[in-house]
Amino acid sequence: MNPSNVLEIKGLSVEFSTERGRLPALRNVDLAVPAGAIVGVVGESGCGKSTMIHSIVRLLSPNGRVVSGSIHFEGSDLLGMTEPEMRSIRGDRISMVSQDPMISLNPVLSIGTQMVDIQYREKLDKSRKRARAVTMLQRVGIPDAAERLDDYPHQFSGGMRQRIAIAMALQAEPSLLIADEPTTALDATLEVQIIHRLQELQQSMGCSILFISHHLGVIAELCDLVVVMYGGEVVENGTVRDIFHRPMHPYTQKLIECDPARMVEITRVQPTIPGEVPDLARLPAGCIFSGRCHLAFGKCHDQPPALAGQDGGHRARCHLTDPGPGT
Amino acid sequence: MWLYSFKRILLGILIIVVSVSLLYTMIHLVPGDPVKTVLGPRASPELQARIHEKMGLNDPLPVQVLNFLGNAATGDLGVDVFKNKPVSTIVFEQLHHTVFLVLAGIGWAMLLGIPLGCFSAIYRNSLADRITGVISVSCIAIPTFVVAIYSVLLFAVTLRWLPAIGAGDGETVRSYLIHLVLPAFSVGLGWVGYLARLVRASMLEVMGETHVRTARAFGLTERTIIFKYVLRLAILPTITLLGMGIGILISSAVFTEIVFSRPGIGRLIFDAVTSRNYPVVMGSVLVTTVLFVASTTAADLLNGLVDPRIHHRGHE
Repeated sequence: MNPSNVLEIKGLSVEFSTERGRLPALRNVDLAVPAGAIVGVVGESGCGKSTMIHSIVRLLSPNGRVVSGSIHFEGSDLLGMTEPEMRSIRGDRISMVSQDPMISLNPVLSIGTQMVDIQYREKLDKSRKRARAVTMLQRVGIPDAAERLDDYPHQFSGGMRQRIAIAMALQAEPSLLIADEPTTALDATLEVQIIHRLQELQQSMGCSILFISHHLGVIAELCDLVVVMYGGEVVENGTVRDIFHRPMHPYTQKLIECDPARMVEITRVQPTIPGEVPDLARLPAGCIFSGRCHLAFGKCHDQPPALAGQDGGHRARCHLTDPGPGT
Repeated sequence: MWLYSFKRILLGILIIVVSVSLLYTMIHLVPGDPVKTVLGPRASPELQARIHEKMGLNDPLPVQVLNFLGNAATGDLGVDVFKNKPVSTIVFEQLHHTVFLVLAGIGWAMLLGIPLGCFSAIYRNSLADRITGVISVSCIAIPTFVVAIYSVLLFAVTLRWLPAIGAGDGETVRSYLIHLVLPAFSVGLGWVGYLARLVRASMLEVMGETHVRTARAFGLTERTIIFKYVLRLAILPTITLLGMGIGILISSAVFTEIVFSRPGIGRLIFDAVTSRNYPVVMGSVLVTTVLFVASTTAADLLNGLVDPRIHHRGHE
């Protein structure tokens, strides 16, 4: 593993056993988060973003299983750890902010109780822990933080709850924050505020962020590196500049074209990518995007392309950009 | 919380007033004249008329209902015409037997059923969970009086470990408790099953919620997650069920009381109905209604204490 990377995923494949058989939700996923960087993961719903982050913290649902690959975090293999070892990392070195702030906090415990509980590793007395929680709430911009510490989640608005969730996640100053679409459930103005707050905190704490989103604007604004996922595979990765200015994979190109913020002509029709996300139970033999790709040709339908390009740089999984050996 | 409690208690009082009025009206509609029952068929019409007047049965029905409620509010439940004793005295002589029986029955069911439910939820789909499931459902399926009869046969007749009937000699606490064991066992057995199933289901539901995943993602120990983050939420439906259960059992412990020849309010109602002792029927039904409403209200208040969302709703 590259020592400058906080997180390095190599060849990760995850399967879910369901009534329809085994669904290969992730296939051969590579991803690296350099220290201090913000890495964005983009893709449609069901492309495997959530499965990937749940694999990292090893909280996959019971029917999910890592089939192959490795996940290294700060030099140690997360998949090889015992459950107590893993638990010592969760919430301390790696923490998470989840998508919907309305359901991600315990509804019958006060914010203060929850923020004190997660400091269980610290040997501080309760009043010190509460003071720490207040400081953290102030840093994420909760007004009257000290007075509101004993309030319950339902007494806060959605935006405030997401700030609280971020405060909880950053309280232990983790080296990696995983943010699973943290702004999807919020309206646009709140989204901008939260993103800026996250950026400030990331800079002052120097942690890395793995930022999952399907909102390209947010990714472009916040991230240094971008990983594009489709149907359980990484189809392209590179710097923000690479992805937004020189997208190589037809899926990335289409995704950017479909972003409403990019539209130049007045139209009543929101552009979409025709077709549907492939069924995981019946994956195509060739490229997974071949069924929806307007540029697909002969071998796209029977030979799966490899992720190719500059090593550690801009790479795409497409026969058009990678003629491959023997041609 | 204070406003919520006040509203909830007010609602309870309203429920009592409405249900007691309905009951009074329904008993009034039952064919048969209570006076004739008391005096026998050969009483003179003059005597009948006098008793009618004395019991207030000549007033219009709404007036009778209001009188009854008004008297009840001051603790006067009327007079038992057979024994010429105040109904309240008769009811309160019996009531504590039933209350102890119900609390003991529900109590042991809680002590066993709730941990069993938690255990099943934590080890879901394991062999132990399946066995617990089968036993729980069987416990629910067996009627209480069958449990009562067989427990008498086994523990009192065959093994001679415990007394079969009565509520003890009334002198020592020990004798009272020994006589309580079998009836409480019969009353509680089905509830072990109910509670185990309900706790298991609500634990599993809560364990699948997103905030539990959040708690895990913070590395909290499994013990903290289960007992603090999950159980606190999962116990809410159980509290409601227990509130209803205690309320219902107070008036329906009659089977158990009859099988074990125990004194109690269920038995009192049963005897009063069969002998058409209307003042006692009304009085004891009123008391059980009040206890039912009190125990469901207590459950709601307790829920409000555990779940702040309940009493914050509506006045934020």
